[in-house]
Amino acid sequence: MRSAIVDLPIDTAALAAEVSRATNGATLLFIGTVRDVNDGRSVTGIEYSAYRSMAEREMADIVREAREKFATTDIVVEHRLGELAIGDASVAIAVAHPRRGAAYDASRYVIEQLKKRVPIWKLEHYVDGTREWVNANGQHVAEPAR
Amino acid sequence: MTVKVLLFASYADTLGTNQLALDFSSGATVGDVLGRVRSMPGADALPPEPLVAVNERYARRDQVLSSGDEVAIIPPVAGG
Repeated sequence: MRSAIVDLPIDTAALAAEVSRATNGATLLFIGTVRDVNDGRSVTGIEYSAYRSMAEREMADIVREAREKFATTDIVVEHRLGELAIGDASVAIAVAHPRRGAAYDASRYVIEQLKKRVPIWKLEHYVDGTREWVNANGQHVAEPAR
Repeated sequence: MTVKVLLFASYADTLGTNQLALDFSSGATVGDVLGRVRSMPGADALPPEPLVAVNERYARRDQVLSSGDEVAIIPPVAGG
């Protein structure tokens, strides 16, 4: 069981390997990636920022909750910050469990809670050179004053 | 007492800073901090009821603060 905020590319295969054990019949790897269009606009990249200490604490809480709800300690989640390009992994969640049902449920729980609670923000960069903060529903919220 | 206020993302842009140190009399609450911040120039763009955390935990408006507390005003989160 582990969670981390990272600044370097996420090694997704290493995360899957980290949770894989002989007692587990199911290993799931969820990878969230930067996509090239959001809300109808062409995106060239995203800058992720966070209230880092609180984000680390919330992620640790979420993983602990998932362990209790779904009875597995084999959960690892990493979220990356900084400048990410199209296709880069921003978040990865590896879950392993003796049974696939609980593995899917635990993986879903972690990503949904992360998106609701973990204080991380994204500033989208567009083809026309502009940048905007994105809210939880994927919509643009404000023009940054810089 | 002095309270440290942290601002992030669009809220930091709106107020032109990511950190404030504000003085209050004892017994001040999260709501008092929000009221003070919202009275600052440009801050009327902040929503009336933003998410707030005290010392890295989500907090309610009526939470009473202590000197040195870190109050974070949290824009809609968008991780993942």
